[in-house]
Amino acid sequence: MTDVSPGLLVVVGALLVPMLRGWARPIYMLALPVVAFLHLVALPYGAFGGIEFLGLNLVTLRVDRLSSIFGYIFLIATFVSVIYSLHVRDVVQQTASLIYAGSAVGAVFAGDLVTLFVYWEGTAIASVALIWARRTEASYHAGMRYLIIQVLSGLLLFFGVLLNYRVSGSISFNALGLETAAGILIFLAFGIKCAFPLVHNWLQDAYPEATVTGTVWLSAFTTKLAVYSLARGYAGTEILVPIGAAMTAFPIFYAVIENDLRRVLAYSLNNQLGFMVVGIGIGTELALNGTAAHAFSHILYKALLFMSMGAVLHRVGTVKGSELGGLYKSMPWTTAFCIIGAASISAFPLFSGFISKSLIISAAMKEGYYWTWVVLLFASAGVFHHSGIKIPYFAFFAHDSGKRCQEAPLNMLVAMAIAAALCVGLGVMPGLLYAHLPFAVDYHPYSLDHVVTQLQLLMFSALAFTVLMRTGLYPPELKSVNLDFDWTYRRLGKSALQSLASFGRWIGSGSTTTITRTLTAFVSRLYRHHGPKGILARTWPTGSMAFWTTFLLGAYLILYYL
Amino acid sequence: MKKKRQAKRTPAAKSEKRYWLDDTRNVNKVVYAVYAICGLLLVIDPLIHKHGPFAIEHWFGFYGIYGFVACVALVLTAKELRRLLMRPEDYYDD
Repeated sequence: MTDVSPGLLVVVGALLVPMLRGWARPIYMLALPVVAFLHLVALPYGAFGGIEFLGLNLVTLRVDRLSSIFGYIFLIATFVSVIYSLHVRDVVQQTASLIYAGSAVGAVFAGDLVTLFVYWEGTAIASVALIWARRTEASYHAGMRYLIIQVLSGLLLFFGVLLNYRVSGSISFNALGLETAAGILIFLAFGIKCAFPLVHNWLQDAYPEATVTGTVWLSAFTTKLAVYSLARGYAGTEILVPIGAAMTAFPIFYAVIENDLRRVLAYSLNNQLGFMVVGIGIGTELALNGTAAHAFSHILYKALLFMSMGAVLHRVGTVKGSELGGLYKSMPWTTAFCIIGAASISAFPLFSGFISKSLIISAAMKEGYYWTWVVLLFASAGVFHHSGIKIPYFAFFAHDSGKRCQEAPLNMLVAMAIAAALCVGLGVMPGLLYAHLPFAVDYHPYSLDHVVTQLQLLMFSALAFTVLMRTGLYPPELKSVNLDFDWTYRRLGKSALQSLASFGRWIGSGSTTTITRTLTAFVSRLYRHHGPKGILARTWPTGSMAFWTTFLLGAYLILYYL
Repeated sequence: MKKKRQAKRTPAAKSEKRYWLDDTRNVNKVVYAVYAICGLLLVIDPLIHKHGPFAIEHWFGFYGIYGFVACVALVLTAKELRRLLMRPEDYYDD
């Protein structure tokens, strides 16, 4: 049994879901992550599950402190998400969500790059079902864009792994670094999935288009798998510090003006990933502990926030800030859970974000990253502003929209209650989490100066919100979309193709004289090049032929994907 | 942590139970509480011994002032960015 990855257990287990009927199915779905969790607890540290495949020695199960902490939280998130989704009767979503979660767990325990690749693609393909299951036209298109980008990440990983094997003869998944071309390819593959700046938009584009429950699943796994992979392969890679700092800062501007509250959360998810990426870039034990701890608490509070907004979408039919307000009267429990999630992501003392984000910020201070620290503080204030205040305020308070609905279904409330309890539990008893981090922890978040300075930062951010609201300077929620980098492929790329097509039509409608003249010129040119004394009649080296074949194949590939 | 809440009566809510926050005076109480907490946090600032390595952190009220300025700058910049970025909701539909 030690040779079976907990991830594989969930993936294979998921395949049985469609065969079960009635009460057996939800009970089975609840039991699956519990069994996998207990299996993981029982596993000793080490490398297991060796398979010989095409002459390669795969290690399908590597258990150490880094993979375990991610495995634990992924399985906890799976359990909570199953509860949240208990009312869903759509068997495609039920199966796909478990395959998706199982693939993420499997990837985390992959001891080699080939196993990682297989599970990596598993997460991409299974997760798109959760977007398409919304069954709207917008979700279909968003899902397609999402899938193309996820598969692109997989392709880069594939070529990176291949190149790495050719050069070094190794497929082991350990520190990779940016010194080799293979290392750079794999870095880009991880970076796309981690939503690095300029390749981030699949996240904000697709997550808000997924189903009520689908977004909760999506928020937990894909990006945190990328964080884990970066921590495994690129710890201490200096460039990750500015990349992460940029990730913390720029999405919050979008979050402030975004109207779709689930999209606001997607932007803030991006911002939180930035903190983790900075931690990986710093690469000290304290920083890597911070990344692991922050991923752990982040998965819980982000799922909690998405669950509360999902409950609103489920009951009201919209999560647009411009149409909501006053819902605390109808959904008091959801409101309370949302505020707990908001306090956690804002890193209020006694909530989970406080005890995990501090590790990263302290590591940045300790290593003397002055400007990074300045940006992280800005982002911390900003995250309170848009996730901590904006989300609960515009959904549940603000001006009363007059909308009255039922409280969220019981299964959703139970899932939110569990996540909320964990958020508070971690905040109050950080030792529970610290004991399972990759390295030994000697850190005390509850020092007087730390608590007071954090409260100063947050309360004055709240003050800024109050002042801006009372003076009417705060931008109102407006029905709109905001241009982001996806504009380049959703608009620019499209209009480029359209003008290419109309150029083609213009050519087609050209007068016959032009065609005749062109043809005559073409034939004489043909004779000049291919005739008895023509340049192309000579023999050419195979190298140039290979070059042109590659070029044409490449051009064909690009056109095919467009 | 309380958030500022503004509530107005709507016609739809006539026969409904009146909530504590439906009264503007109570909303004001919440706002004054935020002011009071901020004032208190600023007053005790000199009493706190900060351990960080950066000099700026030891300035009086640094964290509070930075948080306030950062948020105002964030919101006002984002508001201006709307001119550049905002499009109608159906922008991407054809």
